[in-house]
Amino acid sequence: MIEIDKITKLYDGRAAVDAVSMTVETGTITAIVGTSGSGKSTLLRMINRLVEPSSGSVSINGEPTTGLAKHILRRRIGYAIQGHGLFPHHTVACNIGAVPRLLGWSKEKIRNRVDELLDLFSMPPDEFRNRFPAELSGGQQQRVGVARALASRPDLLLMDEPFGALDPIIRTRAQADLKRIQRTLGSTILLVTHDMEEAIHLGDRVAVMDAGRLVQYATPAEIIARPATDFVAEMVGGVDRPLRLLSLFPLSELVEDGPASGEALPEKTSLRDALSACLWSGREAVPVSRDGQVIGRVTLDAIRARAESLQ
Amino acid sequence: MSQRSQPALSPPGVLFAVLGLASLLAPYMTLAANRIVAGEGVPAWSLGSPGTTLGGLAALIGGLALGLPAGRPALRLGGAFIGFAGLIWLLVAGTSSLLGEAGEFARVSPGAGFWCLLVVLSLLLADALTNLSPGPLTRLGVLLTALAALAAILTSGALADLSIMQEYESRAASFWNAGVRHLWLAFGSLGAAALIGFPLGILSHRSDRLRRSLLPVLSFLQTIPSLAMFGIMIPILAWVAATVPGAREMGVAGIGFMPAFLALVLYSLLPVVANTVAGLDATPPAAFEAARGMGMTELQRLLRVELPLGLPVILAGLRIVLVQNIGLAVIAGLIGGGGFGTFVFQGLNQTATDLILLGALPTVLLALVSAIVMDILVELSSPQSGSQR
Repeated sequence: MIEIDKITKLYDGRAAVDAVSMTVETGTITAIVGTSGSGKSTLLRMINRLVEPSSGSVSINGEPTTGLAKHILRRRIGYAIQGHGLFPHHTVACNIGAVPRLLGWSKEKIRNRVDELLDLFSMPPDEFRNRFPAELSGGQQQRVGVARALASRPDLLLMDEPFGALDPIIRTRAQADLKRIQRTLGSTILLVTHDMEEAIHLGDRVAVMDAGRLVQYATPAEIIARPATDFVAEMVGGVDRPLRLLSLFPLSELVEDGPASGEALPEKTSLRDALSACLWSGREAVPVSRDGQVIGRVTLDAIRARAESLQ
Repeated sequence: MSQRSQPALSPPGVLFAVLGLASLLAPYMTLAANRIVAGEGVPAWSLGSPGTTLGGLAALIGGLALGLPAGRPALRLGGAFIGFAGLIWLLVAGTSSLLGEAGEFARVSPGAGFWCLLVVLSLLLADALTNLSPGPLTRLGVLLTALAALAAILTSGALADLSIMQEYESRAASFWNAGVRHLWLAFGSLGAAALIGFPLGILSHRSDRLRRSLLPVLSFLQTIPSLAMFGIMIPILAWVAATVPGAREMGVAGIGFMPAFLALVLYSLLPVVANTVAGLDATPPAAFEAARGMGMTELQRLLRVELPLGLPVILAGLRIVLVQNIGLAVIAGLIGGGGFGTFVFQGLNQTATDLILLGALPTVLLALVSAIVMDILVELSSPQSGSQR
């Protein structure tokens, strides 16, 4: 559990981060979202003390972060940044093993960990271990960057716009990968983004920052349904709100018995995608499948009713 | 030139052939009655009997012709070697036949034609090598082979009757002493400048204020003419030697090795410091941020990230310093600092051109070899990712 207590950073008397308090549960993804200059990166960087807070405190699993030397603290916290920050003169294996080497792991333990992580990120170790960052695609570089941040099994992973430099298609894939890996490893992740779509998609909880203040900290559904301020409402996007809400729920919630024609959708498909499929193919209902077996249908009316009930 | 009508000629090859043939028209060697008087030029074809000169001339012209075809770098390289062989052949044959007919104190030296042909053939060699784009280790091999060939020719005694070799004969011991002294001046000042410059460069990289005040001072030092620098050094060091106890025993004096060495160190500081700063600046900001965020200490960041990434630029700075110092060290001869400059200034005083060359040629060779070796080191130190993309 990460507890942030009234943390403040002043630059020339102006508060970049203004008395922010929040608690992050172990094993969850928390997305910090805001416009540029909202203080979201500063908030993140105060957690591993790349920026020293002017006042307030942070504690990880009950231990205050000020109890350790800065570099020792940072070795226990994963850190992934925009543009990956890989060392160009080191191989993929050497990059991923950077923190374990700082921690003095044995060579064999490091090698096993590197292979394990490359497998986890769907990069065959024999093929990628000895390559240099310049020989990888943008998406691969980003994956190595995240693998490096995870290498020492940190208590906490901080990510500062990790997907900011990727094109939209690679970005969607990277987000799905991150979610899968987080569920597999049970990591605790704090992720900074300027993209509300990404925050809603990835975050178990979303923290919205505006001018240094934390204006709302809640689940994605609550943020969309009940934005605390006009700013949050603007961030979640006026006309897109119902669609964003629908994107949070899977088909399995609305399955009913009855006939439906056309191609079946897996039950984990979001209501938004099902709505889109209905509109595109002119159907009133779509069949829903589980492990390839059709288990029922979801009707356009049911989706509409759900969207209305959420307001 | 009839070759022009043929297609697929290498443009530089044509230029080298034209320049080479033109150089053959200039006097190949000079014959003088003694070591002081001005000599008389002798063209290549009248160096000796046709039987002895024809082979050399044929090799020279054939070598230049082999340098013509485009897209055949190995053939052109071979042409350069054949040309060099002809060049040496003519020199050896010319020396013995010209001296055979002259008086006891007569001296023969290579003339303008020889030097021009040497340059042209070197350019052909370099051009062909560049087209072959050999790896760093191959280049080192070529360099060592060339040096071994040069050493073999010089020690074989075939050129012993040349004027410059006679100047060497009468000063063999002092020549090697001067060589060692020259190396001490150039490499010692490089080492001292590196010892002072690296820390200064690292500190300047960390502190903008230091950088802004230090670099202009070092730039200013660089603009002081070398003779003026010695002039400034003489009274200062003489005063230090006279007043600081123990300084004189340590070799501090107004003239001699110490002022020359100090001046070279001062000239070296700007390239060393500026390139260290530039090399450290070459670290991508994201990589630096990641290194900080993952918990590297300041020293670990410097040793594992910044220095390895900056090494090629830092070595390039050392290369500039080394070549610059080998040349500048000649001036040390003027204030009794030793080195090859001693012969240059003795030769100037005696108007003995060959004595000047005895100082100048080894200096040029030393600078050339150092530059090539440093280039190889710079390439070897570049990150692999750079050479693969």
